Amino acid sequence: MGTGKTLYYSKDHEWIWVDGNLAYIGITDYAQDSLGSIVYVETPKPGKAISKGQVLGVVESVKAAADVFSPISGTVLEVNDDLEDNPGLINESPYENHIAVISLDDPDELSQLMNQQQYEEYIKGV
Amino acid sequence: MDRRIPLYEVEKALGAKFTSFGGWELPVSYSDILKEHHAVRTAAGLFDVSHMGEIMVKGKDALSFVNKLITNDIVPVPQNKILYSPMCYENGTVVDDILIYKFSDTELLLIVNAGNIDKDEEWIKSHQTGDVTIENVSDKIVQLALQGPESEAIIKKLVSDKNTELPGFFWFIEATLFGNDGLPPLKVLISRTGYTGEDGFEIYLWLSDNGQNEAEKLWNGILEAGKGKGILPVGLGARDTLRLEAALPLYGHELSDSITPLEAGLKPFVKLNKDDFIGKEALASRYEKGLDRKLYGFEMVDRGIPRNGYEVVKEGRKIGYVTSGGPLPSLGKNGGLALLDDTGLFSGETIEIMIRDRICEAKIVSTPFYGKRYKK
Repeated sequence: MGTGKTLYYSKDHEWIWVDGNLAYIGITDYAQDSLGSIVYVETPKPGKAISKGQVLGVVESVKAAADVFSPISGTVLEVNDDLEDNPGLINESPYENHIAVISLDDPDELSQLMNQQQYEEYIKGV
Repeated sequence: MDRRIPLYEVEKALGAKFTSFGGWELPVSYSDILKEHHAVRTAAGLFDVSHMGEIMVKGKDALSFVNKLITNDIVPVPQNKILYSPMCYENGTVVDDILIYKFSDTELLLIVNAGNIDKDEEWIKSHQTGDVTIENVSDKIVQLALQGPESEAIIKKLVSDKNTELPGFFWFIEATLFGNDGLPPLKVLISRTGYTGEDGFEIYLWLSDNGQNEAEKLWNGILEAGKGKGILPVGLGARDTLRLEAALPLYGHELSDSITPLEAGLKPFVKLNKDDFIGKEALASRYEKGLDRKLYGFEMVDRGIPRNGYEVVKEGRKIGYVTSGGPLPSLGKNGGLALLDDTGLFSGETIEIMIRDRICEAKIVSTPFYGKRYKK
C-alpha cells in the first residue's frame, strides 16, 4: 500500500500526504476499488476555506456519487486538473493522484488520523 | 437478509461484486462496469437474471384473464410470440411492466420484475376470474441473458440440433442445448429478447432435482462457447447503463404506482380501443385531456453526472426530476431520462439539472440515445 511516502488515513478512506505546510488529499486504494470505474471528479474551488469533516469534493463512479471529506481544516490552494479529463487516474494509481492540496492550518489534527498499519487493520474490519 | 440466486457461488468465484437489489444479492460487476458495457456493444455479455420473476397462468380462460390485466393486447398475438405490456391499477398508474410468453391461448408465462414478484402475484390472484390457475414459478427457473452482436454465433454453437432455427425478435422456441458431449442435453426456452438495445437472447432453464448442476453447466457452457468471441460475464451495473442508452424503462424509475404508461411514452403499448382492461377508463380520460407531464431524454452540456431524483429547472422554475441518469458510455456523454411538467419541449432545447448545489446546463435529445440493433 502507498508509495513509500508517509501517509495519514481517515476513516472515510481519504489519504493525506504532508509536504511542509501543504496537505495533498486523495482517496485510498480501498475506496477506488469499492467505487469501481471513476468517471467524474468534482474538485473544490481554490481559495475555499474548509473545516475538518466538510465535503472537499465528489468522486463519481458509473453507479454512484461519493463525497470526499476533508480530514483536516485548511484553505484549498490547488486542485488536480488532470482529473477533469482523466478521472480514471484515481483507479489506476490512487496514491499518485491527489484531488486537492489544502493548507495545513492545524498540524495537531493529523494526530487524530491513522497511520498505514492502523488503516490496514481498519479496512480488515470494514 | 437478501436472497441468493442459484449461481451465487459460481459468480463469486469469477470475481463478482454483489449488491442488494429488489431483495436479492446480485452481481453488480465482475471486472469493470465500463468494460462489461462495451463487451455487450461490441461482442457479447452473459447476465444472470434469475432474480426476475415468472408467473404461469393456465386454463380455459387464461387468455381473456391476462388480457384484462394488461394494457397491450395479447389476443391477436401468435403462439410462441412475446408481448411487452404495462399492467396498471384502476387509476392508470403502473403495477409492473411485464413480458407475456404466449405458449397457447390456455398457457401464458408472465415475466415480472424482481422487486415486484410478491406484489404482482397478489395483484393477479386478487383479480382471478373464470377457469384459470395462477402459479408463481419464480424459484423454479434460472434465467440467463446473452446479449451483443456475437450472441447468435454463440447460441448456434450450443444447440444440440444444428438445424434448430433460432427465433426472431420477440419470438421464443423450446430447444435443447449441449448433448454432443455424451452427457444429457439441457431443455431450455430461448427467446430473442433482452434489456440492452443489442441483438441477443434470454434463456430459461426449469430447475429439476439436478438443477444446480444444470444451471452451472448452462452458465459455464455459454462462457466457454463465447471464448475467443470476447464474451464477458456482465453484472447489474452495466445492465443499467445499457438499458438507459436504449431508453428502456425501469420500474421504480420511469414507471411506478405514481406514473402512467402514457406519461412514460408507452402509448404504443396501451390499446385504448381493446375490450375492457384494468385502468382503461382512467387512461382513456387522461389521454383525452392531454398529458400533464412527459418523459424526455437529455444530455449534459456542462460537466456533471445527473442521477435519479435530481431536480430539473427551466428559467428558474422547477419543471420535474431525473428518473434515471448517469454516464452513457457508448456515446462518451452523460445524460438520462427526466419526467417533466412541460410537455412541449423540443430537441435541442435547454434545461438545467441541479447537481448538488450547482445549476448545470443540459439539452433535450431524442431517444433512444443509442440506436437499437435488434434483428427483426
